[in-house]
Amino acid sequence: MTVRFGGQVDAVALRNALDAGTGTVKDVVEECLARIAERDGELHAFTRVEAECARARAAELDAKRASGAALGALFGVPVALKANLCWKGGIADCSSKLLANYAPPYDATVVRRLLDADAVIVGTTNMDEFAMGSSTENSAHGPTSNPWDTERTPGGSSGGSAVAVAGGMVPIALGSDTGGSVRQPAALCGVHGLKPTYGRVSRYGLIAFGSSLDAVSPFARTIRDVARVLEVISGACDRDSTCLPLPPFEAPQPADPSRLAGFRVGVPKQCFPAELDAGVRACVESALQQLERIGCELVPIELPHAELAIPTYYVVATAEASSNLARYDGVGFGVRAGSELGLQEMFAATREAGFGEEVKRRILLGTYVLSAGYQDEWYGRAQHARTKILGDYLQAFEEVDLVAGPTSPCTAFRLGEKTADPIAMYQTDLLTVPASLAGLPAISVPCGTSAGLPVGLQLVAPAQEDGRLLRAAQAFELATDHHRALPPMLLGAQA
Amino acid sequence: MASSDEELVRRTAELARLSITPAEAAHLAPQFARILEHFKTLSDVDLEGVEPTTGAFGLRDVLRADEPRASLTQDEALANAPERIEDFYSVPKTIGGDA
Repeated sequence: MTVRFGGQVDAVALRNALDAGTGTVKDVVEECLARIAERDGELHAFTRVEAECARARAAELDAKRASGAALGALFGVPVALKANLCWKGGIADCSSKLLANYAPPYDATVVRRLLDADAVIVGTTNMDEFAMGSSTENSAHGPTSNPWDTERTPGGSSGGSAVAVAGGMVPIALGSDTGGSVRQPAALCGVHGLKPTYGRVSRYGLIAFGSSLDAVSPFARTIRDVARVLEVISGACDRDSTCLPLPPFEAPQPADPSRLAGFRVGVPKQCFPAELDAGVRACVESALQQLERIGCELVPIELPHAELAIPTYYVVATAEASSNLARYDGVGFGVRAGSELGLQEMFAATREAGFGEEVKRRILLGTYVLSAGYQDEWYGRAQHARTKILGDYLQAFEEVDLVAGPTSPCTAFRLGEKTADPIAMYQTDLLTVPASLAGLPAISVPCGTSAGLPVGLQLVAPAQEDGRLLRAAQAFELATDHHRALPPMLLGAQA
Repeated sequence: MASSDEELVRRTAELARLSITPAEAAHLAPQFARILEHFKTLSDVDLEGVEPTTGAFGLRDVLRADEPRASLTQDEALANAPERIEDFYSVPKTIGGDA
């Protein structure tokens, strides 16, 4: 029997089937590559498919199984990596012309841990350049399409990884979430996307955007898979000084996973703003009622400083980005321009030729908010406002166990719809940036569709309560079928 | 004539080592102004007596034993350099030119 996935078998089931002697890793990898070949021409989730590397790995893993060795927690599971994660087998170009053909000489901690768990990395996925964007349109490789409607964006910046999972090409994928870059595309593509507590997962080998916000984050179709990936990639790392000195995550094993008796769920008024799409509102309200039916008590709460979140986020993130991206000077890596010029002119020519418009816009904003005379007014105030936003959550968590609301104010928007208006694009991050600024774990879970497009419910938990978050998400998943919904293009392929 | 917004963008680009074209400056300037205008809510809120948040949860001065361990070889570290000469990164001449 061939082991199939593509929306029918999740990563843990696939691993267990292989462990029980069903099929081979070779079969799994060949099927995965066939799905990619069949669908990715239309979807463009991958920037590179490393077929030979994946086949060699499959042979190695099949030999390992034949030898009788104990099999890892993700044995034989195909995984896709966002193109900003360093992997010795691939190209981490961050979808930027500046980093074209950048072949990392080392593995990110998360990549090392995936490989140690016997996963098979099949390729790298498309993203907004340097993770700056909310639609995967700011890419040197061109845009990725949403499998639910290929005229629409998958969200971003980790749109390629979201589509690799939503399009049934891999069971799990890694992205990075700085201000919602995993949760928002998860919502727009109808899959799960978890941003763990800041520092729960090492950032070593994640190409930096906003260092105080960046979180390596998984996509999957089931909460069991999300939890499995977090178990594999989390835990202390002595190569990232912001990584929390904690043992790897262990998923909770509640006596009755289907009930959330006594859970108090805060519903912030500010998460239902006037501009919220009516279809999104309806789905999320229905999801909240579902939470009530499985034992939660809904508590109206306030996050009074929510309106500061977008400006605070864009000041902090662009300031950190302008500093992090100073390294792209055409010396250590990347594509040099202006070799014939003087040193300073070569730096500027390299950056001018290599960066796309959104990256330049953010470097300029970040440089401005850190520049002499403006730093106190912008970066300084944003750091103080960040304390207020964190304070809102600390206060809320005195009364409630979780905070719930929509992940995105809208469903998947049309390709090109927001590219001319940066502020409209920034506003799509309205509901995800507060938890990023506060460093809190947050997840988007599928909660239905509106006009044929997926909607995500966002749950946020206190710091280091990733287990509580996944426990609640799993109870919701058990009570609903939303995570099983497949895009129309996959329905014919289900048999 | 360039607007004051364009002048601001041009000056900031210099600080950021971006040699943007006049057309780019003209395109970015009104956006830049609109974005900053939009972010003005930050100026209106009372932040008196509030401590700044810089990120991570109170981790400070994380140290490890000062012992050498395996790292990249010179060849690995230089493998992605756009230009190299033997075991060195190569950059345009910095002394004696006009840079």
